[in-house]
Amino acid sequence: MSKHTLSVLVENKPGVLTRVAALFSRRGFNIDSLAVGPTEIPEISRMTVVVEVEGSALEQVTKQLNKLIEVLKVVELDKHASVQRELLLVKVRADAVTRSQVIDTIALFKAKVVDVSTDALTIEATGDSEKLHALLDVLAPFGVRELVQSGMVAVGRGSRSITDRSLRSA
Amino acid sequence: MSGEGRCAADNTNMTKEEIVSDTTKQAPSPADVASRARPRTASSAASVPTDGPAEVDVAVEVTGAQALVLALEAVGAENIFGIPGGAILPAYDPLLDSSKLRHILVRHEQGAGHAAEGYASATGKVGVCLATSGPGATNLVTPIANAYMDSVPMVAITGQVASASIGTDAFQEADIRGITMPITKHNYLVTDAGKIAQAIAEAFHVASTGRPGPVLVDISKDALQAKTMFSWPPVFDLPGYRPVTRPHGKQIREAARLMATSSRPVLYVGGGVVRGHASDALRRLVELTQIPVVTTLMARGTVPDSNPLNLGMPGMHGTVAAVTGLQKSDLIIALGARFDDRVTGQLSSFAPDAKVIHADIDPAEISKNRTAQVPIVGDVSEVIVDLIAQITADRAAAPADSGEWNFAQWRERVAGWKQTFPLGYTTSDDGTLAPQYVIERIGALSGPEATYVAGVGQHQMWAAQFVRYERPNSWINSGGLGTMGFSVPAAMGAKVAEPERTVWAIDGDGCFQMTNQELATCVINHIPIKVAIINNSSLGMVRQWQTLFYGERYSNTDLQPTTSRVPDFVKLADAYGCVGLRAETVDEVDEVIKKALEINDRPVVIDFIVHRDAMVWPMVPSGVSNDMILAARHEAPVWEREE
Repeated sequence: MSKHTLSVLVENKPGVLTRVAALFSRRGFNIDSLAVGPTEIPEISRMTVVVEVEGSALEQVTKQLNKLIEVLKVVELDKHASVQRELLLVKVRADAVTRSQVIDTIALFKAKVVDVSTDALTIEATGDSEKLHALLDVLAPFGVRELVQSGMVAVGRGSRSITDRSLRSA
Repeated sequence: MSGEGRCAADNTNMTKEEIVSDTTKQAPSPADVASRARPRTASSAASVPTDGPAEVDVAVEVTGAQALVLALEAVGAENIFGIPGGAILPAYDPLLDSSKLRHILVRHEQGAGHAAEGYASATGKVGVCLATSGPGATNLVTPIANAYMDSVPMVAITGQVASASIGTDAFQEADIRGITMPITKHNYLVTDAGKIAQAIAEAFHVASTGRPGPVLVDISKDALQAKTMFSWPPVFDLPGYRPVTRPHGKQIREAARLMATSSRPVLYVGGGVVRGHASDALRRLVELTQIPVVTTLMARGTVPDSNPLNLGMPGMHGTVAAVTGLQKSDLIIALGARFDDRVTGQLSSFAPDAKVIHADIDPAEISKNRTAQVPIVGDVSEVIVDLIAQITADRAAAPADSGEWNFAQWRERVAGWKQTFPLGYTTSDDGTLAPQYVIERIGALSGPEATYVAGVGQHQMWAAQFVRYERPNSWINSGGLGTMGFSVPAAMGAKVAEPERTVWAIDGDGCFQMTNQELATCVINHIPIKVAIINNSSLGMVRQWQTLFYGERYSNTDLQPTTSRVPDFVKLADAYGCVGLRAETVDEVDEVIKKALEINDRPVVIDFIVHRDAMVWPMVPSGVSNDMILAARHEAPVWEREE
């Protein structure tokens, strides 16, 4: 089993997320991560789905997604030919003694402090899964009080756009 | 005074508002609007690719309910099966005024759904069913799932509680759109009267194009009651729906090349050929290539059973020749078929030496179960026509001694299997009727022009085996979902679609008791179907499995002792106003069938009391290789020595 990142362009209509999510569960595919948001075209939303499947099953996922009437386009983004990012917010125990250690540590990850209190720091970080895992590993000894993470979003490298002209006229 | 007592004759002094108590009556009737319809010029016909007869250029003010009725008229719907209720009530009012739509009031929404499927399956037209919210809608779930599995073009319209009440657990509220998402090709929740016509137009388009399937349109009560402007045709908004119908030329050439050089090819024909109206083209392909054919449960009749190249049905209860033909083949040409588990048996050992050419309009079917060496996405009719052209051209160009297209030896082998292992059955020891004999006689006496509609179980398999099919659409059954109770309402729908045909519901006593209430619908609406109950007093197919795999422990499959009559189907038929007949001996069989064929003014129900231990043969036990086919109990075919 390997992870694949699918960018799914869908019509921005009620119920589309349910349809896509239900299709995965009905056909027995596991969603590893899911992120939904608007695109530069108001009528089109973009879902980034990370799915863990074998090769032939991936083809089946893609074909079944394409069968949904409200799905406009499905593109697999290769890890090396795309930029993939997740957002992490983590609340770490940090008092007057450890605060500066935490701040020094997260600076190595280009993460930043977004909230501070007497005994905790809230840190915002973006990156791919590996980087965020590494950050969490070094923060763990300080004590993680709360953690929230977004699904992955991804975009292909280079000047080409997957929301091409045919979709704009749609 | 009573408002509904007033009629048009004495209302001349009243204003419009006084006459009508219901908002739905204020706008023109559907017939009025339809009469204003005029053909649209080519330059103005921009949006809808339907063949709808009525096109209304002038937008008229109507209620949402009237827009629904007008839209149904405009897309060419003629018959609707349904039951009214609270949320759908506004739609039933203008329906009363429509001169183009015949609404048939059924007794259960499941009956409406299966009737719409029978109607669609007999003709290829879109079947329509109508129900109210909540339980009305959920009762349609089984037929919708059935239509999804068997690719039946169907539009289900349901009322929904008023949009302000959606989500409040209101009376008779059910999220039918959510419920039917995984079993519809597409579905809609419409809460804006202005979107009703568009939703109906799109629903018919989606249901009937590409791979056909069910589409549900759920309309809130306030949308049905609100005022809107109606014009036809509406603009489609389906940017993500582009079914591929033109096959790729390169794939066609590759397919023809593989066929030419194969030595043991088999045409594996599925229900897509029926739905795609490709039977004529297929017959030409068979004639041209002389390749043996297997017709699946969904494809019986696409190639006539009288054609010597037709090996019959493949699969769990297929003929030895069809099953073996596929197993030993070196090339399978799958046309509108989906390598269902009932056809392939254990997938890993299915047709181990075969390459696969797979043509289907649904790309997701190709290489879903069995990897295809030549995938062809396209309308099966266009695929076959292109194949014929390619093959004809290739042959003309090939040298005479190329050795290609030479299947004489292979044809001889499959003909040998067909001859050695014909379908057959044994009569019982105690003189009770063999169910296969009954079904064989129904087919023989009614002929290939009749339509045969089965339920699910042993009788279905026997009806697939022992009726000789010569035309597509003459055999209607529930293949994918295996819905017991399908037969009576589906036969009703088929008879409404083609009133001139003899329509037989070949049903089991178990199935019949699930939906026989529709006999009332048939009697009242003059839909004279004929029902043959193959009555073995048990859930026969399950019982057969208990006999074979559960040590003859008959847990809950005896519906009643064989000597009792609970219920007495002849009396039941009589109570409904049908003609009830019974046959218990061989001598009575032809007599009752002939009598039934002579009656055309009301439904006939025949109770055939048959031998309980009859089993469906041949059989491939579940989960094993198709090589393990048993021609009859303890009778495995002995193959010729293999090369």
